Amino acid sequence: MKQVDIVIVGGGPAGLAAAVAAYDSGAENILILERDEQLGGILNQCIHNGFGLHTFKEELTGPEYADRFIQQVNEREIPYLLNTMVMDISPDRIVTAMNREDGMFQLEAKAVVLAMGCREKPRGALNIPGYRPAGIFSAGTAQRLVNIEGYMPGKEVVVLGSGDIGLIMARRMTLEGAKVKLVAELMPYSGGLKRNIVQCLDDFGIPLRLSHTVIDIEGKEHITAVTIAEVGADRKPIPGTEERYTCDTLLLSCGLIPENELSTAAGVELSPVTNGPVVNESLETNIPGVFACGNVLHVHDLVDYVSEEAAKAGQTAAKYARGEVTESAGKEIRMKAESGVRYTVPSTIHPDRVDDKLTVRFRVGDVYKDSYVSVYFDDERVQHKKKRIIAPGEMEQIVLTKKQLEEYPDLQTITVKIEAM
Amino acid sequence: MYDIIIIGAGVIGCAAARELSKYNAKTLVIEKSEDVCTGTSKANSAIVHSGYDAKNGTLKARFNVEGNRMMDKVCRELDVPFKRIGSLTVCTDESRIGELDALKERGEKNGVEGLRILDRDELLEIEPHIGDGVVAALYAPTAGIICPFKLTVAYAENAAVNGVEFLFDTAVGKVYAENGIWHVVTENAEYTAAAVVNAAGVYSDVFHNMVSDEKLNIVPRKGEYILLDRAAEGYVKHTVFQLPTKFGKGVLVTPTVHGNTIVGPTAVDVNEKESTSTTAAGIESVIAKASLSIKDLPTRQVITSFAGLRAHGDRHDFVVGEAADAPGFFDCAAIESPGLSAAPAIGIFIAEQIKNKLQLSEKEDFIAQRKDILNPNKLTIEERNELIRREPAYGTIVCRCESVTEGEILDAIRRPVGARSLDGVKRRTRAGMGRCQAGFCSPKVMEILRRELDIDLTEVTKSGGDSYIVNARTKDGE
Repeated sequence: MKQVDIVIVGGGPAGLAAAVAAYDSGAENILILERDEQLGGILNQCIHNGFGLHTFKEELTGPEYADRFIQQVNEREIPYLLNTMVMDISPDRIVTAMNREDGMFQLEAKAVVLAMGCREKPRGALNIPGYRPAGIFSAGTAQRLVNIEGYMPGKEVVVLGSGDIGLIMARRMTLEGAKVKLVAELMPYSGGLKRNIVQCLDDFGIPLRLSHTVIDIEGKEHITAVTIAEVGADRKPIPGTEERYTCDTLLLSCGLIPENELSTAAGVELSPVTNGPVVNESLETNIPGVFACGNVLHVHDLVDYVSEEAAKAGQTAAKYARGEVTESAGKEIRMKAESGVRYTVPSTIHPDRVDDKLTVRFRVGDVYKDSYVSVYFDDERVQHKKKRIIAPGEMEQIVLTKKQLEEYPDLQTITVKIEAM
Repeated sequence: MYDIIIIGAGVIGCAAARELSKYNAKTLVIEKSEDVCTGTSKANSAIVHSGYDAKNGTLKARFNVEGNRMMDKVCRELDVPFKRIGSLTVCTDESRIGELDALKERGEKNGVEGLRILDRDELLEIEPHIGDGVVAALYAPTAGIICPFKLTVAYAENAAVNGVEFLFDTAVGKVYAENGIWHVVTENAEYTAAAVVNAAGVYSDVFHNMVSDEKLNIVPRKGEYILLDRAAEGYVKHTVFQLPTKFGKGVLVTPTVHGNTIVGPTAVDVNEKESTSTTAAGIESVIAKASLSIKDLPTRQVITSFAGLRAHGDRHDFVVGEAADAPGFFDCAAIESPGLSAAPAIGIFIAEQIKNKLQLSEKEDFIAQRKDILNPNKLTIEERNELIRREPAYGTIVCRCESVTEGEILDAIRRPVGARSLDGVKRRTRAGMGRCQAGFCSPKVMEILRRELDIDLTEVTKSGGDSYIVNARTKDGE
């Protein structure tokens, strides 16, 4: 069986950044396995701009952003296989993959980086009643059809869900001459970035109807209309608020699910909150030598943070492959998410393995105005940072330092919570 | 002039076509949709009933029990997945256990073998997640699960291989007899035959009533279902029915042959014969009722919901056989549950009747065997690599959720009575049937269909007719 130091599953933004960082940390025998026909992942269909403001201090399109990393991969001559599907990862890191040229083959990896990304929640999982005609797409599928294949799904569009891809597609379809009638959002707040609401909806006069959902779909062969209704605090439709909109396209942008079927097969423990692996400070899962980063770990808002996180996973994977990651001295600090904080990545911290700084990322479950993000080391509050607004659509972070952790040798639990003024 | 025209390419029409293809006869199947298996046959519980439920002496009882017995042979010949997992009909009320005995007795009179009453302890051993309120159940070991798409497609393919013609996208408008010859009128043509088989599902009353004075009325009965991801596989091991309660007929929870879990159906009579919309109330009631028989069902794992229509006739039994006042017109009407279970028996029965009527002789070169689309997941790595060397398309995964290769999709399209739409590909290969519900694979399958059928992408449909997926180029694409 062929031996590889680091197998990277997925050649999207996470996999590319992980590969580059692993190489720069001294790993040589790296292999990226990508299922699509080119590297770059979902960025290839994200032809809008707004990528890279943090990483490159300039505004790039998705393909441009991907290309920066693809160039870095090529400069380092990191090998990759395209059109190659990973079929299985075993707990002892045997990776089974398949493509047309090589058939089905197995690799013995010293370390594996999971970078498979996420998928969109389909209509079925949303339990939207009505007929099941053509013309209903998850926003990302429509994005692929429009931006990669060059075809339009329709001319009269309703969008359900205000996730970022839905917002981006509302603008994209408008620019292609379609009439986007509204974006309905079940929750009382948007699931997308504020800047996307401004630039994709407000600037084009597309109404965003919060606390609204689709309660009926008409059309037997092709969609002809939807009925939307306001929902109450219980998220159930309020009778009498129904409005009917004719349309030939319904786009769904109702949430993303990290794609962890391979992780599960490998025995990786998943968080019921993120649907991504439970990881420690090294972005290592419960399976030694298996690391996770990007949207397979938790759904990000900005690709810049994916790159940053993936680089960390690449670095620690490189160390692991070299045998430098020793069993931790045993001390493990638990991370706790409380009062509005839904989860944290990582979930545990071995202070002896932390570099100078450790970024902890999290999301909140509601909109908080003029509140504090607080960090407690056991019962002591050590950070208390005021934020004007904290929203579910935007990922938040706190930074812990090694120095700080060393000052608390008996620390058992770090709690992150939102506190009111 | 045909010997036989079959109206409808559901499981009954296709079963009849296949059984008739054993004889020397010219047979045509006319279907209003673009594919086989698009009506009642595609949206049901995907189970093979044991046969205890139908009243003694009915056609339902007879064809159910016969069909159940034939299923192993049919599925072996036609390479269709079928598993005899057994069914449990659970009772949640101590005072009603007697009703289970009555069902057992009815079943035994119908000829169902192996029926047993299990107490709660015995139940827990074989079905660990049974509801807390369940006190006993009727166990029917001969009940099973089957893929209704594959059974229907297999019947159709095998019929076609044996010479039966299929005409799709063609609705029959009128049927009449003149001088002992049957005329079947469609929008563009008129076909003649010595015999007509009415296998038109929820429309079977329409055709029956055109030719017979003994009127039949079919009220479509809507059944809504939810389908759980394969991640929930193994949670339920049998087909679990409920004894009807004062709150109405219960719902069933059953594994499918593909590892999903199916929950449903509701039972609501509707006016319209195409009313396959789901409702919020229906889905809610399915989930609520399922909790009576199975506890903590992982309903978070729902990947889709759907509704089917059962052809419920006002005679409360199947109407099968030659219409008394219309010689040569053979009904397979009002085939509601247990129609799928009964299909093999109805197919053979109708074929026999027509053979006798038209004095058909047996074909010497009838091909009884049919191979399903190859499932590479069942091969060893070595076998798989041999296959990919021969056919590289088997090395490309198109549907990642269900691990379906391009090779399988090409086979589904190129076969006799092949797939011509996304749904056609889905029913034959499962591409798009998984947890992402075709989000990732549909652009790829569209491209394969475009290439194979040599059509424009705007002509690729979800399910024929007006179900286009894209309808224009983008500005840059033009």
